[in-house]
Amino acid sequence: MGQLFAVEIIYRGVFQKTLAKNITRGIVLAARNQGKLGISFGRYGDSPERNGIPAKSFAIVANDEQTLEAGMAQYEPKQVDVTVVLDDTLCKGAESWAWYGLQPVHHALKPGGTLVVVSLEDKPALLKTIHKREEPYKLGIVKGAASFSGMWVFKDDHTDVRVLGVIAKALPELFSFKSVEDYINDKLKSGLKATSARNAYDRFAAVEVKPGEGNPEKLFNYNLPGWQKMRDGVSIAGQPQGGPYADPVTGNVGGFRPARNELFKKYSTRTMRPVVNFKTCTKCTLCWLNCPDASFDVTPDGTYDVNLESCCGCGVCEQVCPVKDCVSMVNESEFHDNHSQWEAFKKDQDAYLKWLETTIQKAEPIGERAHGFRYRGQYQEEVPEALEIAARG
Amino acid sequence: MATLTVPVEKRKKIQEQEALITGAEAIAIACKLANVDVVTAYPIRPYDTVMQYISQLVADGEMDCEYIVAEGEHSQFEIVKHASVCGARVFCGSSGVGWMYAMEALTVSPALRVPMVCMVGNRALDDPGAFGVEHNDALAVRDLGWLLTWVDSAQEALDTALIAYRVAEDQRILVPLAISCDGAFLTHSQGLVKVPTPEQVKKFLPPYNRGNLLLHPDNVISVAPQANEDWVMEIRRQNYAITEITCDVIREVYAEFEEIFGRKYGNPFFEEYMTEDADVVLLGMGTMSTPVKVAIRKLREQGQKVGFVRLRWFRPFAGPEIAKSLERFKAIGVIDRDFSFGSPNLSGVVATEVRSAMYTGAATRPPVLGFICGLGGREVTVPDVETMTEKVFQAAKGKAQPLTQWIGLRS
Repeated sequence: MGQLFAVEIIYRGVFQKTLAKNITRGIVLAARNQGKLGISFGRYGDSPERNGIPAKSFAIVANDEQTLEAGMAQYEPKQVDVTVVLDDTLCKGAESWAWYGLQPVHHALKPGGTLVVVSLEDKPALLKTIHKREEPYKLGIVKGAASFSGMWVFKDDHTDVRVLGVIAKALPELFSFKSVEDYINDKLKSGLKATSARNAYDRFAAVEVKPGEGNPEKLFNYNLPGWQKMRDGVSIAGQPQGGPYADPVTGNVGGFRPARNELFKKYSTRTMRPVVNFKTCTKCTLCWLNCPDASFDVTPDGTYDVNLESCCGCGVCEQVCPVKDCVSMVNESEFHDNHSQWEAFKKDQDAYLKWLETTIQKAEPIGERAHGFRYRGQYQEEVPEALEIAARG
Repeated sequence: MATLTVPVEKRKKIQEQEALITGAEAIAIACKLANVDVVTAYPIRPYDTVMQYISQLVADGEMDCEYIVAEGEHSQFEIVKHASVCGARVFCGSSGVGWMYAMEALTVSPALRVPMVCMVGNRALDDPGAFGVEHNDALAVRDLGWLLTWVDSAQEALDTALIAYRVAEDQRILVPLAISCDGAFLTHSQGLVKVPTPEQVKKFLPPYNRGNLLLHPDNVISVAPQANEDWVMEIRRQNYAITEITCDVIREVYAEFEEIFGRKYGNPFFEEYMTEDADVVLLGMGTMSTPVKVAIRKLREQGQKVGFVRLRWFRPFAGPEIAKSLERFKAIGVIDRDFSFGSPNLSGVVATEVRSAMYTGAATRPPVLGFICGLGGREVTVPDVETMTEKVFQAAKGKAQPLTQWIGLRS
């Protein structure tokens, strides 16, 4: 058997679906320039057409047909040489629509393989969220914000070719930079993109992550039942109704917390989360009524506390809240746990409000926000900045 | 006619009424007797006769049910699917392409464990706007978890409809069931039928109870959530488990039917006619039994030992029993009122199934000839049956015959 290479791209559906596909296609076509064979495909069990769902695309490359076939004789590669994460908020783990619980982003990465993250953060910040593991690996960062390049209406910020340049550096056995350059010139016909790829190639440096380094959080998982244990009739038991709960400080019991499915949390879909000011909340109920996932608990105080294991970050609560800065959507990379905000508020009001003040400064003004963006035209505005970051490396 | 014998001593006790009714009317009366809760309807010939009779019963105040005329067959079957999950005893039906138009609802119902009972008035698949009998409409769901039965008289239609509710609603089963009635020959022709009393039916048919699969505020469940490759194979295996026990449940139900109603069907899965000393047999489903039996009597007068096996249940297909019964004949001729283009030996559906069952279940390997006959409502005539019998005898004598032959076809 010859040499087999596998690269996976973890991305957010639907915004990065085409970008991920363009990268895996680029991998196969660049490797083709060196006479190798390959295939590029997306994981079918994900729901890549759905907003924010973590999803995967793969490229498998081999020197000969039989080796490639051996690599294709499974639903998806169980081990990959390089994992590319296109949105750093995915570093908290990916739970797709397949039932396997929450997986770390390096789940399939071979020992010693390279994890590439597109991010504006640095290594220590990323390792706060990337889970620790037994096997060492390398971590490299491609400087940049989560890209939407590849969506039909948004301009190209060169993330696709920058990632290809980085792969040539991280895994030179797969293809040389020359092959990437030839692919860009032949197929994409852009000298500017070739330069971006070159810059990324030159500047990329991966650092070693030692065993045990990273986020110690225990990932939730799920054991699929056998056919004799499963409920019949394609049915699942409903959740119990839920009920009142206790104030952590006063012990007063009240409010209402709905019961939620412990087995399917979906919060890895979230790229931004609501931050709530319990002091200015007028108890108008709008966030609670409009939340499509019933993610709000009614606190014993009568305010509304978002359950961050249930919230998938759609931002409807922020849109409907009539009070200025009472609910603010803040990028998920600012947070490292899913703890209750209301409990923090109850335990130390002043500290919470101070934290809130600095945290919501990181929220963009909502203005006329288009779905999935903070405001219409935001992405186009960001492209020059993204290209500048790319040029700086 | 099926051998329907009522022991004299029982006949005295039972206050059955005799009625001159069509197969469709018989099923409508069975729905009334079964106290069906929800009926959905959408007209297509020949099924529409049953919806007309039920609406008549409702209008006359004889039957109390939700009678919903849907805007098409797809909705018709979707509505009863949901009503059944909510605990209603349901009835609907269709014919030909109408049945096909409901296909999405038909395909999902077995996995959801929906015991809807339907009447398929068998009809050719349009175009060409044909409304005569062909069995391909009902057969289209043969691999999907439906129970499929064919009846050949109005009496059997009524009895089988009652049996159908018992079988389908059995908590071990809970899958949809279609009773096939040949268009025109059964749906539109009236025969003398003994109509059971409500007391008998009450004794035979307990109320519908789907246990913890009931969708109700007091039993909070979610039905048919998103399921992907992590679940579907297990879901299919659950349905498969039902098929493993269906034959046993059907046997139980027929035994109890016989006890309460006094009518004896013998083997539930197939009826044998003049097979005891037969050298060869013909096999088929539905109302072709009448010309076949008449022809057999005529041929027997000429000394030809031929019998007939009429298949009642196509799903479940009682493979081992059928194979065991057929292995004793020198040759078998299967008459298909259907087609299966491109199938092995280019035979009809039933012939292919019979050959498959015999390959594993029979100790001998008699020739199995396939005949395609009576398509699109064309008559299966007595001379047709004589022709087919002659060919089967030739095969029994070792004279090679084509495995599939079209009978009653203009050349």
